[in-house]
Amino acid sequence: MDSPTGARPIIALRGVSKTYWRDTIEVPVLAQLDLDVADGEFLALMGPSGSGKSTILNLVSGIDSPTAGRVVVAGVDLGSLDQAALAAFRARHVGFIFQSYNLIPVLTAFQNVELPLLLTGLDRRQRKQHVLDVLGIVGLHGRSEHYPRQLSGGQEQRVAIARAIVSDPSLLVADEPTGDLDAASATEILDLLGRLNREFGKTVVMVTHDPRAAERAHRVLHLDKGVLVESVRRDRP
Amino acid sequence: MTRFLPFILRSTLRNKRRTVLTILSLIISLFLFCTLRTVITSLAASLESASTARLITRRSTSLTFMMPASYRDRLAQIPGVEDVAYMSWFGGVYIDERNFFAQFAVDPVRYLVMYPEYRLTPEEKETFRRERTACIIGEKLARKYGFKKGDRITLRGTIFEGIWDFTVCGIALPATPDLDTNWLLFNGEYLNQRMGDFGQVGTFVLKLKDPSRAGDIARIVDATFANSAAETKTETEKAFQLGFISMLGNIQAVIYALGSAIVIAIGLVSMNTMMMAARERTREIAVLKALGFNDRTVVGLVLAEALLITLVGGLLGAGLARLVFAFSNFNAGGFFQQFKVTDGTLAQAMGIALFLGLVSGLAPAWNAARLRIVDALRHSG
Ligand SMILES: Nc1ncnc2c1ncn2[C@@H]1O[C@H](COP(=O)(O)OP(=O)(O)OP(=O)(O)O)[C@@H](O)[C@H]1O
Ligand SMILES: [Mg+2]
Repeated sequence: MDSPTGARPIIALRGVSKTYWRDTIEVPVLAQLDLDVADGEFLALMGPSGSGKSTILNLVSGIDSPTAGRVVVAGVDLGSLDQAALAAFRARHVGFIFQSYNLIPVLTAFQNVELPLLLTGLDRRQRKQHVLDVLGIVGLHGRSEHYPRQLSGGQEQRVAIARAIVSDPSLLVADEPTGDLDAASATEILDLLGRLNREFGKTVVMVTHDPRAAERAHRVLHLDKGVLVESVRRDRP
Repeated sequence: MTRFLPFILRSTLRNKRRTVLTILSLIISLFLFCTLRTVITSLAASLESASTARLITRRSTSLTFMMPASYRDRLAQIPGVEDVAYMSWFGGVYIDERNFFAQFAVDPVRYLVMYPEYRLTPEEKETFRRERTACIIGEKLARKYGFKKGDRITLRGTIFEGIWDFTVCGIALPATPDLDTNWLLFNGEYLNQRMGDFGQVGTFVLKLKDPSRAGDIARIVDATFANSAAETKTETEKAFQLGFISMLGNIQAVIYALGSAIVIAIGLVSMNTMMMAARERTREIAVLKALGFNDRTVVGLVLAEALLITLVGGLLGAGLARLVFAFSNFNAGGFFQQFKVTDGTLAQAMGIALFLGLVSGLAPAWNAARLRIVDALRHSG
């Protein structure tokens, strides 16, 4: 099956269902869902609260598993991986960007960004080089020794983005990355995500409620009652 | 694992006050543990150094009563007894009551022969035998007060009244380091003379030809003086000391019970700390896992944090006990020959710290491994 943009898909969901149980009541969230995301695509997911947007991100990034169906990311069928292999998969392929940043408060910006590199074979000098590089990319050279509480929300989110890209994953998943930010900071963050997508070829899957955020995407999908509907498609530059 | 060290360190310092309090309670409890255990090892050490080859004969009624010096000849005739010397507890005060050390008036010739483990030169022994007011002091006593040969030591008698001047003629070196040398010996003839030839002594020391016959000979000795004006009680030197520190078994039981109670209490404290610390960080652990930290790494981090806290506490507590007792020369007013925190005690304390770390880290580590990322990220806002 071809991906909508014609490029090789980095994400392929096939017949994916997800059902939660609240006590004994079944709560179906996703049913028989198909989705392809092309390598290098910037995709926005929109939809009402509770429609299952975060659930899709969780499945794609390998922190949750479907009730039925297959999730293939970067050529790997996630259903075939055990806990440790999934962790290794995330370390290698996925960069997470959360709404509330989720930085470790007792670590400096530098140390937060360094965390994913602790799992690699890089030595201290190499790690330092990588961390300073990505802090440069997100425009925070001078802030490496700052603690999260010493940074503004926008700066915190940029540290989080630096942490997400420091190990050079091909896929960035962002769950309402601008949800906690003022308009100016939100614009900065969206600019940054756009740049990472254009200049560094990162595939971005972003959940958002903000139409202006969605404007940055090549494609906007609306999720409602378990169905994905394409609303916008722009040509990639 | 060293690359994770800064992270582990930062984590323990997250709630500084709580971590410091936990470490403090660990320090105190392991210090107490070391102290209690050293009571046991010190008592055991003093028994170790006591001889079974010598018998002590004293009055059956009480240590404080004396008996005729003339018993010596009858004791010496008992088969199996090689030599007999007398020693009397003097109980004088040096300057004031706090300066407690043992003083004995002893047989000026035979006593030194019977205790070869205290080393003296032939000249020192000769002077001791010859000079009425000569005294020999142990090395430890000499060090404690800076006494040198030729110094004068003045004691105020309590049992034997008056002022007693002695001149140090020799300083005895212990053959083995566990021997106590916190004492003073002086010529028993001098005591006898000043007491108007009263002819009384406190105890006799009997050297045996065959230590394995100690029990038999002790019974023969006591039978010899049965129904006399001064009945005797004879036991090995070891048993004699055991009498001093009687009920050693009970002491041990009490000490072990106390030690266990302390360790359990502190175990609960540090367990609580680790649980609280981990609960507050559920979300962070979920984030680490999302970033690709696998369950083993996360478990390792949580355990390492618990171990860091308990091992630091253990190291400081046990180390402090060792240093404090080494430098303060503590001996409970002379009750212990030496009060030294042994390597074995240190090792046990560290073992306990290790155990506490593992136990208190176990539940949070287990929770961290089990933690589902999505749940943790959804809930704790
Ligand atoms: N672990 C869970 N247990 C039970 N129900 C769950 C669980 N996770 C999600 N749900 C339910 O699944 C549905 C989809 O949740 P999801 O978080 O994916 O929605 P969302 O589209 O991201 O919503 P929002 O815009 O509010 O973030 C919701 O009804 C939610 O209550
Ligand atoms: Mg959501």
